[in-house]
Amino acid sequence: MSRIQVSCTVNGDSVDFLCDADGSLLNALRDELGLTGIKEGCGTGDCGACSILMDDELNCACLIFAPEATGTTITTVEGLADGDHLTPLQECFLEGAALQCGICTPGFLVAATALLQHNPNPTETEIRYALAGNLCRCTGYDKIVRAVREAAAQMREASA
Amino acid sequence: MAHVHFSAGLRSGFTGGVAELVVEAATVGALIRALDERFPGIGEKLSSGTSVAIDGEIIPDAEFESLSATAEVHFLETIGGG
Amino acid sequence: MTIAEDPATTSPGYKWVGTRMIRPDGFEKVTGRARFGADIKLNGMLYGHVLRSPHAHATIVSIDTSEAEKMAGVRAVITGADFPDPSGPAGDQDLQRNVIAREKALYEGHTIAAVAAQTRAQAKAAAEAIKVVYEVLPHVMSVDEAMAPGAPLLHPKLMTKGVDPAPTEPSNVASRAVYQGGDLDLGFAESDVVVEGTFTTKPVHQGYIEPHAAVADTTPNGRTTLWCSSQGHFTMRSLSAKVLGWEPSKLKVIPAEIGGGFGGKTTIYLEPLAVRLSQKAGRPVKLVMSRDEVFRATGPASGTKIVGKLGFKNDGTMVAGELWMAYEAGAFAGSPAGAGSMTALAPYTVPNFLIEGFDVVVNKPKVAAYRAPGAPMSSFAVESLIDEAAKKLGIDPIDIRLKNAVTEGCTATYGPKFPRIGFVETLEAIKNHPNYQIPLGPNQGRGVASGFWFNAGLNSSATVHVNEDGNVIVVTGSPDIGGSRASMALMAAEEFGIDAARIQPVVGDTESVGYNDQTGGSRTTLATGAAVIEACRKVIADLRGRAAKQWDVALEKVEWVDGQAQHVEGTQPPLSLADLARGWNRTGGPLTASAALNARGVGSAFSTQVVDLEIDPDTGHVTVLRYLTAQDAGRAIHPSYVEGQLQGGVVQGIGWALNEEYIFDRNGKMENPGFLDYRIPVASDMPMIDTIVVEVPNPGHPYGVRGVGEVGIVPPLAAVANAVDDAVSRRIRDLPLSPVRILDAILNKDS
Repeated sequence: MSRIQVSCTVNGDSVDFLCDADGSLLNALRDELGLTGIKEGCGTGDCGACSILMDDELNCACLIFAPEATGTTITTVEGLADGDHLTPLQECFLEGAALQCGICTPGFLVAATALLQHNPNPTETEIRYALAGNLCRCTGYDKIVRAVREAAAQMREASA
Repeated sequence: MAHVHFSAGLRSGFTGGVAELVVEAATVGALIRALDERFPGIGEKLSSGTSVAIDGEIIPDAEFESLSATAEVHFLETIGGG
Repeated sequence: MTIAEDPATTSPGYKWVGTRMIRPDGFEKVTGRARFGADIKLNGMLYGHVLRSPHAHATIVSIDTSEAEKMAGVRAVITGADFPDPSGPAGDQDLQRNVIAREKALYEGHTIAAVAAQTRAQAKAAAEAIKVVYEVLPHVMSVDEAMAPGAPLLHPKLMTKGVDPAPTEPSNVASRAVYQGGDLDLGFAESDVVVEGTFTTKPVHQGYIEPHAAVADTTPNGRTTLWCSSQGHFTMRSLSAKVLGWEPSKLKVIPAEIGGGFGGKTTIYLEPLAVRLSQKAGRPVKLVMSRDEVFRATGPASGTKIVGKLGFKNDGTMVAGELWMAYEAGAFAGSPAGAGSMTALAPYTVPNFLIEGFDVVVNKPKVAAYRAPGAPMSSFAVESLIDEAAKKLGIDPIDIRLKNAVTEGCTATYGPKFPRIGFVETLEAIKNHPNYQIPLGPNQGRGVASGFWFNAGLNSSATVHVNEDGNVIVVTGSPDIGGSRASMALMAAEEFGIDAARIQPVVGDTESVGYNDQTGGSRTTLATGAAVIEACRKVIADLRGRAAKQWDVALEKVEWVDGQAQHVEGTQPPLSLADLARGWNRTGGPLTASAALNARGVGSAFSTQVVDLEIDPDTGHVTVLRYLTAQDAGRAIHPSYVEGQLQGGVVQGIGWALNEEYIFDRNGKMENPGFLDYRIPVASDMPMIDTIVVEVPNPGHPYGVRGVGEVGIVPPLAAVANAVDDAVSRRIRDLPLSPVRILDAILNKDS
C-alpha cells in the first residue's frame, strides 16, 4: 500500500508528512514529525496520554487516522509554551508538584488547556470530569486538580 | 557473643525446636559457621536469601558484620520492595 | 485541604531540606522534551514485535520461523533457541524462562518468539506467520485449583520448601513461610472475643501509564547500548546479562525517563529480546509493549486466599492471631507470601500467633513487585478482622489499634525489636483530625486501617563535581520516578550551604556512575541520598583543605559555613565555591568526589488512614467522600513529593479495593487487558486526598529520612472494606468491592 501525504498545521508550523492510510495520527506525529511529547499509553483512547487539540477540540490522537489530519490545525504539548514562556498551567503544574513520573503530564496539560478555553472558571467537580479522560497513576489527581484550579484563577486575574 | 533467636521456620527445619542460643562469634559469618556445625545444613539456608537483624537493625549482606558482646541476632527472609 | 507538618516546627533549622523547590527536571516534563523509552529513535532502527502464547498452559512442540524470515522487511527472528539454556540458581532460571519460553508456555501472553523488521506492521505480520505447534495442557487459575490433590503441575520438579517433613512428590506449592510465637491454643482460650473469616483478593496490575519500552543497539565489537525505561538500569544490565549469557560489562544501559513503575519495572521483559534481535539484525531494534501486552505479559500483584482468626480480651487487647495465607505466584515461584507473613501482624503486640504463607504457582503471568509487595493482602485480612472485633467490643477503631500498637523496643512478630518508629503518632494524627469527627449521613460509612512496611537500604553510588563557576553537579544512578532529583538537590544544597538552584542533579548511565540498586523499595531518598551526602562531605573536606593551603593555615582553622570556607578567627576574607574552583589548578586539581555504600540505618514506615464513603443502595456504587492518610516520613526532604507518594499510594489502594481485578475466561485468557475494562480510578472518582506527613526522624539517616513510597498502599483495602461495612452493615471479604458485589451483599443481607 503506498503512503499518503498529509498537509496540516502543527504547533503553528505548516507541515507535510507521509503516513499509511490506516496509520494513527499518534504514530504520525511521533514518528514522522518527531513530536515525542505526545505519548501512547493504551492505543485505544482510554488513557488520554495522546491528548491533542485538533481545530480547538480535545481528541485522542490514537483514535484518529493520520490522513484525517489533512488541513487541520493541531496543538500538542510542544506547542503550548510561547518560546521559553510557560503557560500558567505549565507553571502551576511545576509549582504545585502536579507531576511525579511525568508521562501523563503532556496529555493533562492539553486537556486542561481545552477545559480552560471553554470554561475559565471551573469548579473542582467540573475540573475532575473534564479530566476524567486522562489517567494518572502516580498522583491520585489531587495536585493536578489544584494546579488547574490555580492556573484558572491566575488566568482570570490576568485577563481581568 | 551473639544471642541468636530462631524463627519458626528455622526451628522446625533446622534446630529441632531450639528457639534461642548464645554463641561465641565475632562476626555474622563466624556465627553462621558455628551454627552450621551444630545444626548441619543451616549454613546454606542462612547464607542466601537471608538478612540479619542485629540489635533491631536489618542488614541484608551481613557476613562481615561484627557482633558486640551483647548482640541480639535474628535471621529474616530477605524481602523485596517495589 | 492538604495538611503537612510545618517543617519549621519539626526540622532543626534546615534552609533547604523541607522546602518545595521546583523540580530540576520539571521544565522538560511539562514541555514534552523529556525522553521516555519509546521516544528514543536511532538511525536505521528496526521495530520489533513479540509473538505470545495464546494458551495458559501448553508444551511447545515445535516452532517454525522459516516463512517469517522470508517476509518483506524482516531482518531477524528469535526464539528460545537463540538464548543459552537456562542455568544458575532456580530464580535465575525462572527469569530466563519467563523472558522467553523454552519447553512450555506457562501463561497466556508468555513470550514465544520475536521479530525485527523495518516497520511495525511488517514485524507483526511476520510474527503471525511463525508456526507454533502446541500441545495444550490443563491449567490451574487459583490457589484452590493449584493446591488440589491431583492438580496439573506447572513444574514437574517443584518440591515445596519449608515444610517438615520435606515432601516426596512435586506440587504447585513452591514454599511455605511460617512465623510463630507464644501458644496459639492458650491465646484463643484466653480470648473473650474471637473474629474469623476467609478473605480473597484478585491479581491487580501496577497500572503505570507508560508501557515497557527498550531500544538496543549492538555494534560489531559485541558491545551493546540499551535504552530503556526502568526502575534501575544497573538491575536491567545484570538481569539482561543473565538471560543473554553475557558479562554485564558488555551492556551499557542508558536510563530513559520512566513513566511509572511501582515495582513493576524492577525486572526485565523486552530488554534481552531487543538485544538479541539487534545482534542478529546488525541494526538498532526498538521494542515497545502495547497496553494489552502490559496486562497479559508483565508482572501483576498476587491474587490471594487468606483464612484469618484473631482473639481479643474485652478491653481490646489482642491476645491471639492465626493466618493461613496462599499467594498466587503466577507461572514461576516468587510471590511475596513471605513478606505478607512478616508484615501482617507487625504493627501489633500479639503474644500468641501462627502465620503461614504459601507461595503457589498458577498459569498466570509471573507476579512482580507492587508497592510493599505482599503486605496489602495480609493487612486486608488482619485490619478487617480488627475492625470486626472493635465493632463487637464497642471500641473505637483507632483506640483498639492504640491499645496494641508497637512502639520502640517492642518485639516484632517477625523477630527483632523495633527501633524508633512513628506508628502511634500516625494513629493519633488521624484521631485528632477534624475529619474524624465529621458526622455521617445515611448510607455513609467510615473505615480505618493501618499498615507497615520495612523499607530498604541497598547499594547506591554518587559523584559530586564542583564546576569552575562554583555550581555543583550531583550524579547518581537512580532513575527519577517521583521527584528524586529534587530531593538530591535539596540535600546537596543543605550540605554545601548554597542555593538549591545551583545544584544540577543528573541520572548517569551504567558507565558514568557507580552501581546503584533500583529506584523502588522506598530506598532512594534514604540510600542514594546518603551516598550524595557522603560525596558532598568529601568535597567539602577537600574544599577546606584547599582554603587552608591558600591561607597557609592548619585545616582546623577552616570551617565551611553557608557555602564558603571561613577562617575560624575571621582573619581571612571567606572563599566561595567559585573562588576555590578558580584556584583549583594551584591547589590540587579539579574538585570532585564519589561515595558508594550499602545503606544502613533504614527506618521503617507506618501509615494509618481513614476513609468516608457513601454507597448508592440501588446500584452498589461507592463514592469516596473523604480520605485522610497519616504516614511517618521521618523527615520530608521535599514535602510536596512526599505528599504525592502518600496520595498516589492511597488512590492505587482504592482502585484495588473497589474496581480492579484480572478477569480470566475458562481457557485462562485475560478478558479485560485494557484500561476500559480494567478500571483504575479517574479524576472524577476521587476527592482530594488529605495528607498528614508525620515526622518521627529516623536516627539512622543524616536527615532522619524514612522511605515513603510504598506503605501508603497497605491500609486502603481494609479501610474501604471497613467503611463499606460501616455503611451497610455487611462485612465483605472478597475484593474488589465492585457495585455488583456490594449490591448483592445489600440485597442478600440475611443469607
